Amino acid sequence: MEDTKQPIPNEEPANTEKPKPKPVGKEKKPEPQYLLSSSPHMATIDRVPKIMWTVIAALMPAVVYGMYNFGFNVLLTVLASVIAAVATEIVINKMRGRESSVADGSAVLTGLLLTMTLPPAFPKAYAAVGAVFAIAIGKQIFGGLGYNIFNPALLGRAFLQASFSVKITTWTAPVGIDAITTATPLGSFKFEKIMTPYFDMFMGKIGGCIGETSALLIIIGGVYLLVKKYADWRIPASYLGTVFILGGLLWIINPEQYPDPVFHLFSGGLMLGAFFMATDMVTSPVTPKGTWIYGFGMGAVLIIIRLFGGLPEGVMYSILFMNAFVPLINRYTRPKIFGELKK
Amino acid sequence: MKLKTFKKGVHPEEYKFLSEHKTLERLPIPEEVFIPVHQHIGAPCRPLVEKGQTVKTGEIIGQSTGFVSSPIHATISGTVKTIDNFPHPLGINGLMIHITGDGKDEWIKSFDETSNWENLLTDEIVDLVQKAGIVGLGGAAFPTHVKLSPSKEKKIDTFVLNGCECEPYLTADHRMMVEQSEEVALGTRILMKALNVSRGVIGVENNKPDAIAAMEKATSAFNNIEVIPLKVKYPQGAEKMLIKAVINRNVPTGGLPLDVGVVVNNVGTAIAVAEAVTKNKPLIERVVSITGDGIKEPKNVIARIGTPFQNLIDFCGGLTDNTVKIIMGGPMMGITQHTLNVPVIKATSGILCLTDLSVIKHKEYPCIQCGTCIGACPMNLLPTRLARFAQVENWQMAEDLGILNCVECGSCAFVCPSQIPLVQRIRIGKLRINEMKRKAKLATV
Repeated sequence: MEDTKQPIPNEEPANTEKPKPKPVGKEKKPEPQYLLSSSPHMATIDRVPKIMWTVIAALMPAVVYGMYNFGFNVLLTVLASVIAAVATEIVINKMRGRESSVADGSAVLTGLLLTMTLPPAFPKAYAAVGAVFAIAIGKQIFGGLGYNIFNPALLGRAFLQASFSVKITTWTAPVGIDAITTATPLGSFKFEKIMTPYFDMFMGKIGGCIGETSALLIIIGGVYLLVKKYADWRIPASYLGTVFILGGLLWIINPEQYPDPVFHLFSGGLMLGAFFMATDMVTSPVTPKGTWIYGFGMGAVLIIIRLFGGLPEGVMYSILFMNAFVPLINRYTRPKIFGELKK
Repeated sequence: MKLKTFKKGVHPEEYKFLSEHKTLERLPIPEEVFIPVHQHIGAPCRPLVEKGQTVKTGEIIGQSTGFVSSPIHATISGTVKTIDNFPHPLGINGLMIHITGDGKDEWIKSFDETSNWENLLTDEIVDLVQKAGIVGLGGAAFPTHVKLSPSKEKKIDTFVLNGCECEPYLTADHRMMVEQSEEVALGTRILMKALNVSRGVIGVENNKPDAIAAMEKATSAFNNIEVIPLKVKYPQGAEKMLIKAVINRNVPTGGLPLDVGVVVNNVGTAIAVAEAVTKNKPLIERVVSITGDGIKEPKNVIARIGTPFQNLIDFCGGLTDNTVKIIMGGPMMGITQHTLNVPVIKATSGILCLTDLSVIKHKEYPCIQCGTCIGACPMNLLPTRLARFAQVENWQMAEDLGILNCVECGSCAFVCPSQIPLVQRIRIGKLRINEMKRKAKLATV
């Protein structure tokens, strides 16, 4: 069913260019053969691999900063996860008898995104297990790229959280001082009511996952994607906007109990999630109106988890939760056809 | 000032520079022409001539067989060699009247200015347009007299002249507006009179500043005609998009421009109308842009209808060795040709010759739900869903999502990063659904 390569009965080979069979007439001299195809005969240069590799490039500042912040060790975690993801992709392609889809970059991206959400000292073998799960169960089981419902990297992370809940909440302090455990700004606030300075949060001199600490570098990469139109600006706008407004309202109601909205924006994995996870094309709505609903839903779920739930952080679950609604959102937000009359 | 335009759409690389400054040249009278009996939307013509008969230029050789149809005329003087099937640019083969010329180009009657056209009645103008075999020269070839005969209950208040030429590469309309702006203005006024409207609007995309200037000059004496520069965007030349851009009216789904009181015609059509009404000259020639990186010397030529493509290609210095694709029309909606033996027809706005360097190398990826096609669709449809439903033959869902509203502009397939043949699948879906509807209608009668 999802096999686009299978010829569909009655469909003309619409876009495959092939030389025409000889004209019916009684032509004598052989004529040059011109290509026949159905219009359009022009296309943009954007292709799926280009999009994927651009997203990977946009993540690089945050990854490099993660290495600088948490030490060389991080590079090995990244490699373990990416290699496991690519290997899983290759094996499953083979099993399904498909052409290799490694070159499109999506497996590399999934592996990379997964490590971004892991604590610096997370065991490499476990990271690899998470990557295998992300590709196999998060993506390929649905039919491969384009067919998955949930963001594969986040599904891998959810699996790791369920399986290794202690390891995944053990944070090390920055500047490579190994094995000194620390707390993330969200954790310190939630459990100890200690505020972390905003400037540190913005620049990334804080504890946290490998790729989420520096809001600045994530925003740089994210804005690049928005400018290239490889990410829909409505998603970070509605997600971050909802968090800011809802968080702000609660802060106004009770500033003792709840942190201010700026803290919400720059803490935890929100920036990473808003720019790189929620904007995943496959698992976000296709309609403009739908993306606003999606972003609002994620923001609301995030605030509920952060302020009223048992966990300090809720970016992952907020995105996964709304991923599940995407097909429904798409269905009920069909744009009005040009000239369609109000009903 | 912010330029007017419509919502969504795309902006492909223009490539107009290849031929936009090439002045119109008249192609030498061809030795033979192949005039298809069917080169317009509607019923094909019935040939009026027989094998061996001599004809003169401008003589009617095919009579229309219905209201939505258009007569054809001999485009050179000579002898009817045969009436047979030959390669047709819109399909594999089609019935054509093959005329071999006598080299004299003798006209059936000399052109003389008719008595002042302003004294003609509306019906008389429409009649002249019909007899001259004029169809929309933008590429759709819809008989113009039909457009000029709206039913009485439709109140037409605005005439829109389409000078967008939004297809990349093509420059035929551009050159006509620059070099024949007086005729364009005259044709506009005649068409306005035929429709009995007081307001005329000429929409020209902003990448043709010389055409805008020329048209402004030619219409400066007429206060009721306005030239509107438009932001460059494809498919602005589509009627519905153009009406939205110039006068901000929404043609209802399934409706026609008539429903919002508008008739749209192309620049070339206006010139043909002016010549038909003031000089009794039938439509026997048209402007064709021969362009692309595969042609040695891109040009804009005035060619007789029925001239084989080969003649035009030769006139432009021939093809480069690596030319692999010949397209009639523009790159977004044009039709590929398998041979150069096809004739120029009334709908031939251009001949685009592409080399292997500019042909798309297709590799289809799975749909990644990026929604780019949705952001490009000028009709605000969901191309990815429509193509999917057409592919799995779920006609009901495809129709519910409005597949029949697709104008087949190809913007979706143009932007798709997965290179999915979206518009191609939608086109097939539309054909099938329309076919089923026709059958269902026949069954109930």
